[in-house]
Amino acid sequence: MTSTLLEARAIKKSYGRGPARFDALDGVSLNVQAGEAIAIVGKSGSGKSTLMHLLALLDTPDGGSVRVNGADPTTMSTAQIGRVRNRDFGFVFQQFFLTPNATVLENVMLPLKIAGVGARERKVRSMAVLEQLELADKAKNTAINLSGGQKQRVVIARALVNRPQVIFADEPTGNLDTATGRLVENLLFSLNRDHGITLVIVTHDPDLAERCDRQVFIRDGREVRALDYTGASA
Amino acid sequence: MSILDILHAAVANTFRSRLRTTLTVVAIFIGACTLTLTNAIGTGISGYLDVQLASVGAPDVLSISKTSTAAPGLGDGPAEYDPAALTASGAAATETGGPSAVLSPTDLNAIADTDGISDVNPVIAVTPRWIEYGEQGKYVIVVGANSEMTKADLAAGTQLQPSSSANEVLLPASYLATLGFDNTEEAIGKTISLGVADYTGAMHEVTATVAGVQNLTLLGVGVRLSRALTDELAAIQATGKPDGVGTGYFLATARFDPAATPNQLTALKADLADQGYTAQTVADQIGVFQTILTGIIGVLNGFAGIALIAAGVGIINTLLMSVQERTREIGLMKAMGMSGRRVYALFSTEAIFIGFLGSTLGALVAIIIGTIVSTVLGNTILSDLEGLQVMQFSPAPVAGIILLVMLIAFLAGTLPARRAARQNPIDALRYE
Repeated sequence: MTSTLLEARAIKKSYGRGPARFDALDGVSLNVQAGEAIAIVGKSGSGKSTLMHLLALLDTPDGGSVRVNGADPTTMSTAQIGRVRNRDFGFVFQQFFLTPNATVLENVMLPLKIAGVGARERKVRSMAVLEQLELADKAKNTAINLSGGQKQRVVIARALVNRPQVIFADEPTGNLDTATGRLVENLLFSLNRDHGITLVIVTHDPDLAERCDRQVFIRDGREVRALDYTGASA
Repeated sequence: MSILDILHAAVANTFRSRLRTTLTVVAIFIGACTLTLTNAIGTGISGYLDVQLASVGAPDVLSISKTSTAAPGLGDGPAEYDPAALTASGAAATETGGPSAVLSPTDLNAIADTDGISDVNPVIAVTPRWIEYGEQGKYVIVVGANSEMTKADLAAGTQLQPSSSANEVLLPASYLATLGFDNTEEAIGKTISLGVADYTGAMHEVTATVAGVQNLTLLGVGVRLSRALTDELAAIQATGKPDGVGTGYFLATARFDPAATPNQLTALKADLADQGYTAQTVADQIGVFQTILTGIIGVLNGFAGIALIAAGVGIINTLLMSVQERTREIGLMKAMGMSGRRVYALFSTEAIFIGFLGSTLGALVAIIIGTIVSTVLGNTILSDLEGLQVMQFSPAPVAGIILLVMLIAFLAGTLPARRAARQNPIDALRYE
């Protein structure tokens, strides 16, 4: 019934060379089914972000292979990979990465602009997403003047605007207080539940990981069965 | 990202850091402004020379002089005496160069016999002493000698006709007020009188009609006399001349076939040079001015070029800082699927836009300053040179300068743009 959206086979990634060489990932395998919410859990430096970057085609593995919808990115051109990231993936980052002096609307329109969507259509589509996230009244505000929770909702709107298959979220609540973080979490899971958007969430927060359908634990570049901090269970 | 979006984004980014952009634009502005001005001076003055050449220079006339044997060098003995050589009547011996040799009637015949020459006339030097209009006082007259070479640049009246037998003159505009004319039109057709001394020193008076008034030009600043008048004055000057005194001329004019190709003309000049004569067209004479002018303008343009290169380094610096500041933004755009080529285009467009801003402003201000300066100069110290516009701005060179500066800006933007395009999205996003 469910199909495999993302597939990683024994992927390896290391940085530096010689004695400074550091293996960020050392043979991790993972399947992400369409429509599921998966948490990649680990401490900082465990390699969880690297795993997400490789799944999101932001980087290429040194060993092993990645498949997106069954396609091998090594056979794709840079432009094709760019198109996959633009159309099928949405990104939510802990640090938001909003263009501070641009308006909310302009920030949300950015992926459509990159995709080459016409000016009128991208405005209509962006406003629709902002309305969906109840941010329509903030459309003309500059991004810098928003609260943290509003910023992250703008980021989610931006990730959503191109109607992606999967949203990659790297510590989406890391910069938010608990209550606001909870709201953002609710938003992400409602997108997963109501719109069937696959979630790949990188986090070290056990509570957030717990809300996902499935957890993948990473330590020192390898997948482990469980992490030994309180509250987390496999 | 469509081209329009890139253009729009580049313009918006340019104004994001206003002070930095302004300073870079100022640097380009200075270079572009200087280049526009020096170019305008070049266009203005060489345009003036061209107009003079086209309107006043007779294209089918050669001025011919005897090639002067170089004056003996320091320490050399005196040259051998040539009994056939003449000195021009009344001319002082020249000690330092100058046409020491003159053309004798034999020379004139030799020139006339040369293939391609149709008509040779010696330039007769006549020296009337004074000029007077009505009874309003006598003034010293300066005669323009090489009238055959050029047409006058007329403010009013008509040209002198070589075939005409009337005694006619063309007065320089500067003579009018002194002689007692109220305006240019008034002088036309009036009779003036000239005083000339014969060989014994007795004064004679000759009358002539004012045929026209000429603007002050580079070639010939004096009164022009018609051929008939010149002949009459020459005849009076020669009255009482002893038989033994030969007649020589500094200069002769000769006509050649106007349809002659440049190669034929060169061959003709070479032929005359072989016989010991120096032949020049008006274009050759003005060409000397042109060459000097081109050299000066070249040096000035060189300075402007240095300013522009410095401005180019400014662009590199500005954009490198911009790339640095926007590392995350670039990373984000690349993560969202923007290709390196588009990122490159974005930064290149910013560089070109900065260049466009600086050069357009520079050219505009240069045109305003240049027009004011040119007008002020034209009305004051250069007012005598009618038709001279010191700085002339024409669309093509100005557009050329703007495009050149935009090209320099693009080249300067290459380095930062490449750095931006090569950024790895992950590294860029991690960048603190």
